Amino acid sequence: MAENLLEIKNLKKYFSTPRGSLHAVDNVSLNIEKGKTVGVVGESGCGKSTLGKTLMRLHEPTSGEIIFKGEDIANMPIKEFKKKYRADIQMIFQDPYASLDPRMNVLQLIEEPIKTNNKSMSRQEVSAKAREMMELVGLAKRLEGVYPHELDGGRRQRIGIARALSLNPEFIVCDEPVSALDVSIQAQILNLLQDLQQERGLTYMFITHDMSVVKHISDDIVVMYLGQMIEKCPADEIFKNTIHPYSQALLSAIPIPDVHAKHERMVLKGELTSPIDPKPCCRFAARCPYATEQCYAQEPQLRELKSNHVVACHYAEKFVK
Amino acid sequence: MAKLYTPEMEKIAKKKAKRNKPVKSTPAFEAWKRFRRNKTAIVGLIVVGILILVAIFANFIAPYDYQSQDYLAMMQPPSSAHLFGTDQFGRDIFSRCVYGARYSLFIALFCTIAALLSGGLLGIIAGYCGGVVDTVIMRIMDVFQSIPMIMMAMCIVSVLGNGIPQLVAAVMFASMPTMARNNRAAILRVRGCDYIESSEAIGVGQMKMIFKHMIPNAAGVMIIYFVGFLAVSIMMMSAMSYIGVGLAAPTPEWGLILNDGKAYLTSSPYMMFFPALMIMVTCFAFNLLGDGLRDAFDPKSK
Repeated sequence: MAENLLEIKNLKKYFSTPRGSLHAVDNVSLNIEKGKTVGVVGESGCGKSTLGKTLMRLHEPTSGEIIFKGEDIANMPIKEFKKKYRADIQMIFQDPYASLDPRMNVLQLIEEPIKTNNKSMSRQEVSAKAREMMELVGLAKRLEGVYPHELDGGRRQRIGIARALSLNPEFIVCDEPVSALDVSIQAQILNLLQDLQQERGLTYMFITHDMSVVKHISDDIVVMYLGQMIEKCPADEIFKNTIHPYSQALLSAIPIPDVHAKHERMVLKGELTSPIDPKPCCRFAARCPYATEQCYAQEPQLRELKSNHVVACHYAEKFVK
Repeated sequence: MAKLYTPEMEKIAKKKAKRNKPVKSTPAFEAWKRFRRNKTAIVGLIVVGILILVAIFANFIAPYDYQSQDYLAMMQPPSSAHLFGTDQFGRDIFSRCVYGARYSLFIALFCTIAALLSGGLLGIIAGYCGGVVDTVIMRIMDVFQSIPMIMMAMCIVSVLGNGIPQLVAAVMFASMPTMARNNRAAILRVRGCDYIESSEAIGVGQMKMIFKHMIPNAAGVMIIYFVGFLAVSIMMMSAMSYIGVGLAAPTPEWGLILNDGKAYLTSSPYMMFFPALMIMVTCFAFNLLGDGLRDAFDPKSK
């Protein structure tokens, strides 16, 4: 087995709200191997982005450990973290329209991370490196002086990628990098990310709510529901052998491009349980078509049903094909 | 040797080169383009420009000295010799109004800068830090705001006496809370943006974050408040001078000129009409300019 670049152990992130503590990420444990892509899927508000931002220490974790290259980065002082690992863990943001400072031009935007993290570099060196990054992500040279509002979403996202990559990170959290883009451009950006991964041996955590995207890019898939990890397995496995009822519902939402295909949609009823002070039961129970009394009484634990396939459901065995 | 390129081809090549040149379009330039189309804003800008020129070149424009008294021409209605008439001491009101622009505009500018440096900075700090710092600063500002401006001005003047520094201090304290609140709001709006988080992710330090990302992005809104406050400061100053807690006579400040004419309102209304007109035109122009700037910087707010 390949070496783990990142190990997340019982990571929790609670936000305190006037109505109680909001469990955004609840007890997530996950290993990410070097050079692999882990896809994190789930509906909006299930804590995917919070998980990513907690790994970057943009949010302070409530408890748990994040072991990166053998060192716990969750509990080290933030200053030490910034000094040692800020450049190693980078992020590509969801909305390329909002995540670039509108008062900086393309070159300045890409120079910024280089300048900030290499204080000894001369201005020419910084510019040269930034130009190199532009070329790497496929931005034409003539766009140097252009401001982000003049560019389309795909190009803006390329700037975001260049910003993240310019620090030579090992691990990149891609927070829905293509969800704000047109389908045709989505493919370009995904291919770019994959090419970069092969060239530079990058490790990705790919956060998305789009199952077809995740299928295209991931090695492992993690399904999250209300802050918890409810299923984790290799990518091809989840499309053949979904176990958790929630994952089944997610998969049934993928459109099939075939007029004659028989397609049964599993439509979830009921509302999302509140993530504020959740009761100790299966959080999906209220919407699950198979829920029984046990589901409301007891919280299901993650169990390994097959090799590399873990599920948190009391009746997981029933769904194994 | 025969030419390889015909003139037409060269023309096309030049055009192509032009097209491939990097496009120059900064956000500030875009704002200026929008501002230029706004007619009322341009009027405001022109009037403000004229007033500033009048203030600077007051000694060339004014036909008389602002405090020389002419006992042969007291309380004259407007005429070709005295455009705005004369007051009870025979001083030319037009000259006084022209010099008044110098006092009113520059003291107002001073007051507003002082308010920006005190209240504005506090607001920026409150907005950036949030939490306890925010609460403490803003509650102190609330305390300031609860004291009526005129009361405060009277206190300051009765303790420290009349004068420009005292006047500046009074107006500054009076406008500090609003300035703080506006700047705090401007920073808060920028603070929640994704690009701040994105810069944090690449390791940009706090100071750089404030000065390179937050203030430039909030600057548009801040400029608008600044211009708006110029008008407010002029009004406040004039009001204070009018009731006698502002500048001391014979300074040709618009509020003071109004005050001079107060006693003769029924017999010689022009004595109050012209300084009041100056105050009104100035405030109106600043407000037009401020509105124009708002629309230019934030086209969505319309």
